[in-house]
Amino acid sequence: MRNSANTRFDMAAPMGAHMAEVTLIDALTMAMAWELEHDPRVIVLGEDVGVNGGVFRATAGLQQKFGVDRVQDTPLAEGMIAGISIGMAAQGMRPIAEIQFMGFIYPTVDQIINHAGRMRNRTRGRLTCPMVLRAPFGGGIHAPEHHSESTESLFAHMPGVRVVIPSSPTRAYGLLLAAIRDPDPVVFLEPKRIYRLNKQDVEDNGKALPLDVCYVLREGSDVTVVTWGAMTFETLKAVDQLARKGIRCDVIDLATISPIDYETILESVQKTGRLVIVHEAARTCGVGAEIAAIVAEKGMYDLQGPIRRVTGYDVVMPLFRREMDYMPSVGKIIDVIQESLED
Amino acid sequence: METIADFEVQYSQFLSPEGKPSADIPALATDTEKLLDMYRLMTETRVFDTKAINLQRTGKLGTYASCLGHEAAHVGIAAAMRPDDVLAPSYREYGAMLCRGVTMAEILLYWGGDERGSDYAGPRNDFPLCVPIATQCLHAAGAAMAFQLRGEDRCAISINGDGGTSEGAFYEAMNVAGARNLPVVFMVVNNKWAISVPIEMQTATKTLAQKAVAAGIPGIQVDGNDIIAVRHWVERALQRARNGEGACLIEAVTYRLSDHTTADDSSRYRKKEEVEAARTVEPLIRIRQYLTDLGIWDEQKEAALLDEAAAKVDAAVEQYLHTPKPDIESMFDHMYAQWPEQLEEQRQHAIRYGSTDGGSHG
Repeated sequence: MRNSANTRFDMAAPMGAHMAEVTLIDALTMAMAWELEHDPRVIVLGEDVGVNGGVFRATAGLQQKFGVDRVQDTPLAEGMIAGISIGMAAQGMRPIAEIQFMGFIYPTVDQIINHAGRMRNRTRGRLTCPMVLRAPFGGGIHAPEHHSESTESLFAHMPGVRVVIPSSPTRAYGLLLAAIRDPDPVVFLEPKRIYRLNKQDVEDNGKALPLDVCYVLREGSDVTVVTWGAMTFETLKAVDQLARKGIRCDVIDLATISPIDYETILESVQKTGRLVIVHEAARTCGVGAEIAAIVAEKGMYDLQGPIRRVTGYDVVMPLFRREMDYMPSVGKIIDVIQESLED
Repeated sequence: METIADFEVQYSQFLSPEGKPSADIPALATDTEKLLDMYRLMTETRVFDTKAINLQRTGKLGTYASCLGHEAAHVGIAAAMRPDDVLAPSYREYGAMLCRGVTMAEILLYWGGDERGSDYAGPRNDFPLCVPIATQCLHAAGAAMAFQLRGEDRCAISINGDGGTSEGAFYEAMNVAGARNLPVVFMVVNNKWAISVPIEMQTATKTLAQKAVAAGIPGIQVDGNDIIAVRHWVERALQRARNGEGACLIEAVTYRLSDHTTADDSSRYRKKEEVEAARTVEPLIRIRQYLTDLGIWDEQKEAALLDEAAAKVDAAVEQYLHTPKPDIESMFDHMYAQWPEQLEEQRQHAIRYGSTDGGSHG
């Protein structure tokens, strides 16, 4: 897939190049409000999304503005939330379902893999499933047990399901609009550690970004660094520090975890000859493994050294006193990028 | 101590196994046009079912789940529905599906391994067969929520079996339907067996209808071999739902006279005598006797109906057997509304290596 230049190069880099306007979570609220306003088929549902505005406040003010029918608190059962969303979507609605934390998303897996991802195919397009399953994910906020994991690869493995992860307010707004408007199910995972980390000017103009494209956040010819979600921040910090030493990296925010825009990655590797993948999720069968496999298959002869990964470890996510030691850090990323240059 | 909540479960049967009407039988029992129509559908369903098993045994159909003995429950449910209502069945409710306008050829295509069997020309909004147990209950609840949000007076019905009542999705669907007053009817067709597990091992409750109590919705038990009882109570339930009175649960008690599927051998786990006893109270006997007693049915009409049903089934089988395999690329064509170009290489690969033979069945 060929990206158009304007979507591919995100000039509004997330490190404060612009005056602060809205946070990533504000941008999500704006996107939902826009769609609720402009598409009567859209409804928001989930646990505590109504009066409370969601435990992270992603739906703050929406029930007051759009009423209890369009922004509904549900009983506490995640599999049910996914199942009724599928039922609604198949009958002409566009539900946006919130799962409170990714740690509670697993009861939805039955519905997502057995129905959401299959409905269009198994009915030859007679019934479809245009729904969004939103969930905050990832560590680093000192949350209780089960609140910090990154298991995006579970959903990336499901045919018929798109997986999207924004990493800036601009992309949060444009990608959520795209996810809501997409005629197929989208699992939309929100890096909660950066919900309020910085602000960006986001124009509330209802313009969606394309799905299936990566975003090049920095350009350089030495190393290609692919990342997504909250790890975009550590990666940019690491890359900006290296830039002061004269090491220039391409930084690619994957954004759409499934299907992956391989072309942008391969093009970059062709230029740099080196690939480092950074993700918070555990290493084995992480999305990084798929990216590495694709580059090995299609870009092997462009590589000047082995592909390297900086990831979470294959262990249970530690409770918060040690959670930062689990995650890729700026130091770890810098070291691995430098190692890759020694090949 | 005081009692702050209690419950009772009503049971309804209008036609005895011998076809004798009860004193309180509803007006439906005198509507000969409706009765004859339902009897025709029940008979066609049985002839179809017998043929489908034969097709499987002769290698012309894949694994097939028989509906033998469920004809009253299945036809009765769908006969009570309006065309614009939505059905979310499990996987053996052919009587209901045929009544809704799904064709026999479509059902055969599905069990013959072809997705086009779920692309119904008739009831375009009905959910397809659902194999993961009780997951469809939530789709019915979601459909009902869509109708409620749009202010439509349509209803949804899900059907699952006795085993399905042990699933979380079944309870979760009833619970949200109760909490949101959704226009949905949950049908449990209790055929006493979940493959090899008898109902006594599935639950300690005396009825499955009482599972509704915990969700705060009404639940009743009806004789699932009595089509007048099934249709009557489903009609009442739909009327309630349409009037904004919310969801309910109906348990239709019947018996699975067949194996679970053609891949099952029920002689491994249940006694022949039990099946033989159930056969004497099966649903076609009593409605046929009742129609005969009304003076609107006789052996001649029966023979003619069986001939017509056989011809209909044969035509469907011909249509099924003469439907060519789907194109290789069809496995890709319906995955996404917008085909991700990243996957084009895989599509081309499948086309390049795809078999070009005419296809086998089963």
